[in-house]
Amino acid sequence: MTTREIANATVEVDDDGFFVDPTQWTEDMAPLLAEECGVPTPLTDKHWQVLHFMRDQYFDKGTGPTVRKLGKTSGVTVKELYQLFPKGPAKLAARCAGIPKPRGCV
Amino acid sequence: MTGQPKKLVVLGAGTGGTLAANRIRKRFAESEVTIDVVDRDNRHIYQPGLLFIPFGLADPDEIVRPRDRQLRRGINYHLSGIESVDIDRQRVLLDNGSTLAYDVLLVATGAVLQPEETEGLAGPGRLDDVFTFYDLEGATALAERLESFDSGRLVINVVDMPIKCPVAPIEFAFLADWYFTENGVREDVTITYVTPLDGAFTKPTSSATLSSLLDEKNIELVTEFNTGEVDGVGRKLIGYDEREIPFDLAVVIPLHGGAPYVHNSPGLGDELGFVPTDKATLQSLVKPNIFVLGDAADLPASKAGSVAHFEGEVLVANIESFLAGEPLEATFDGHANCFIETGFSKALLIDFNYETEPLPGHYPGPLGLPLLKESKLNHLGKLMFQWFYWHGLLPGRDIPGIGAAMPTAGKDTGELVSAGTNREGTQ
Repeated sequence: MTTREIANATVEVDDDGFFVDPTQWTEDMAPLLAEECGVPTPLTDKHWQVLHFMRDQYFDKGTGPTVRKLGKTSGVTVKELYQLFPKGPAKLAARCAGIPKPRGCV
Repeated sequence: MTGQPKKLVVLGAGTGGTLAANRIRKRFAESEVTIDVVDRDNRHIYQPGLLFIPFGLADPDEIVRPRDRQLRRGINYHLSGIESVDIDRQRVLLDNGSTLAYDVLLVATGAVLQPEETEGLAGPGRLDDVFTFYDLEGATALAERLESFDSGRLVINVVDMPIKCPVAPIEFAFLADWYFTENGVREDVTITYVTPLDGAFTKPTSSATLSSLLDEKNIELVTEFNTGEVDGVGRKLIGYDEREIPFDLAVVIPLHGGAPYVHNSPGLGDELGFVPTDKATLQSLVKPNIFVLGDAADLPASKAGSVAHFEGEVLVANIESFLAGEPLEATFDGHANCFIETGFSKALLIDFNYETEPLPGHYPGPLGLPLLKESKLNHLGKLMFQWFYWHGLLPGRDIPGIGAAMPTAGKDTGELVSAGTNREGTQ
């Protein structure tokens, strides 16, 4: 775990750059985080829809959803999710939304 | 207990439902607890056997037995699909029109294959050049196709996690290497293993071992591939990132979800149809009188028969506590173990739980089977396991030395790795 500066604030992140404390995240950080991890900017309404959905799910369930769950419940199809967050919607959206890395399956 | 017997209803007569019903029958008299078990057919498939069918190493007849015959006396078997569960009124509506009321419900309906959720996977090309070995129909048809396959590209693809027995697709790749070598055509066949994970397997230590084995056997590994479409006519996998992987023969493990009735039962399951479950007590998070065993649960454990087996002991103790109105004290540690066939009559064995990575050493103690290492002994263990499955595991017999909790006695714990570093199954 380490700290970093972003949008004039100091936040805690894990080794992969995911936020440790989602309450440290603010909306003006999202475009900066997106640029860092290869998400096309400027962020569109659909991006924001997914980011807010990720945060709601995290605060509700304690972990961000997988891409399949996102496709079923976020109102954005899996195909669109891969266009918005190429290479890995669940991980990249979690990073940009300032929530911890989603727990995977074994 | 006194008064009216308590009513236990068990949904599903697979590995988990059967062993749990049998253990509970042994523990309680019929005057204390009645047990009703429901399943939609009467064919209990020994699922580890499905891996061997495509290679002619097992016959379909050998791995199927009647479900009702695996249940002890004093258990009522209902042959019917399940329409829905009303978790507030505590009753199960069956497809045959009847209703079963319960005091305690055990959900053990496993995971179902959902090929229709991937574009093209249930369409043209299915059972021609696109197969799965995760059901009996697919495994049997694939046996015939493999017999005549003597050159070209074999692609093995896991669409997404979670899947049952996460090592089985890798075992399939290893056995295919052996099979084509035996048939003298290995040089004319390329084998490619395509996974959505960032390595060969979910757990870092075993992933490294399995990766080097894939390499040794000249099996190409493609990682972080998220299958968007299976084109059975153009014969290629198409990723969401537009990467394409051509094949002459594809063996695809479809998406998995919970049983269909879960979606018809308000409040019972999550988006994928799995039931939210306490990972230690196996009590559901939806109602205190609903427990969950095996693949039907949303636990962060492998969806595998060994997990259902190790859960059984904990589950029965907690159902007993629940019926007595006492706190649930038994806890499950996520213990799983798997034999991994590597071809040429050898196998690896891995043993792990929620917290501990698969370690080298021996199982279940210092004189046991070698862990994380290829050996003929493990292969024999895997073959002998079928006998134990029907005669020990399903009837609910305990075996000395093989307990629910993960053993550490024979392991090299110096290499202890925290499960906190697990590879992620999400994208």
